[in-house]
Amino acid sequence: MATKQAYRIALAGNPNTGKSTLFNALTGLKQHTGNWAGKTVSMAEGIVRHKDKEYRLIDLPGTYSLFSNSTDEEVARNYIIFEKPDVTLVILDATSLERNLNLALQVLEMTPNVIVCINLIDEAKKRGIVVNEGLLMRELGVPVIKMSARNKIGFSILLDTIDRMVKGEISVRPVPFIYNEETERKLEQIEPEVRKLVGDEFPARWIALRLLDGDTSLLREIEKRMLQKEDKEWNSIEASQTNRLENF
Amino acid sequence: MTLYEGKKGDFIKINQVLLEGVMRRRLLDLGFVPGAVVEVLKKSPLGDPIAFRVSQTTIALRKEESSRILGERIENGY
Repeated sequence: MATKQAYRIALAGNPNTGKSTLFNALTGLKQHTGNWAGKTVSMAEGIVRHKDKEYRLIDLPGTYSLFSNSTDEEVARNYIIFEKPDVTLVILDATSLERNLNLALQVLEMTPNVIVCINLIDEAKKRGIVVNEGLLMRELGVPVIKMSARNKIGFSILLDTIDRMVKGEISVRPVPFIYNEETERKLEQIEPEVRKLVGDEFPARWIALRLLDGDTSLLREIEKRMLQKEDKEWNSIEASQTNRLENF
Repeated sequence: MTLYEGKKGDFIKINQVLLEGVMRRRLLDLGFVPGAVVEVLKKSPLGDPIAFRVSQTTIALRKEESSRILGERIENGY
């Protein structure tokens, strides 16, 4: 085991919100950046050191949503749900919050360990847009940080907030999403069953919602991952038995 | 009325999205949600597809989708 554990920090955001710019600035890498949709097709990874900790930054594909309308969205969604990063940064474009908040809310339904970064804050200022991050923080229940990745503004606050979040010093209380009566009633029936199957491994309410949505691609993915896990356990049992035989 | 019936320059407040599954989800994600006001920006020479302004972005929809989004025309976007 390594003495220093690297925390995993995922970057999620709409296309063209400066996600890759932030990634490059923090990691010192030169991952290609450009302003066209679907640029980040696979995930880039880089290392950031801050204080005594090492972080692995994972740049997820830029998407408007995480409901698997495309491969990009599936890749981003699978990472957040199945790989469970220690912290997920959601990068929002300050000049287009209405559109961008859709993704933030979706991520908040999947995991509580979220930091919302309002990027391009200098650009917003130029256009006379004022962002009340205190209000957003109260409404969303997670840290909200204004920043400009291009001009490296807000980085120290961001890194300190990540540090405090992995240490468990920040209590996050993401807003609970309450749906209409019919949906909530169905959730009450499905969620306990889902929980029996997936345990605390995956967010049961979120999976139940996707089932109501008729999301079959998610079902296939869960099935695949659970089979892989069983295989792995089975293989390790076999291996230990072989060892025992050899010792005998 | 449907979004497909909108004229260039119209502002339409969406009240129903009559699509299901992945396409419905996609349209909601793009901002075609009940309560949202969209502007009809341009029509293609043959009237399909049509470009709409929706939450600060331009999105073009085919007739198949725009004819299944219902709303009402409003004055000046308010």
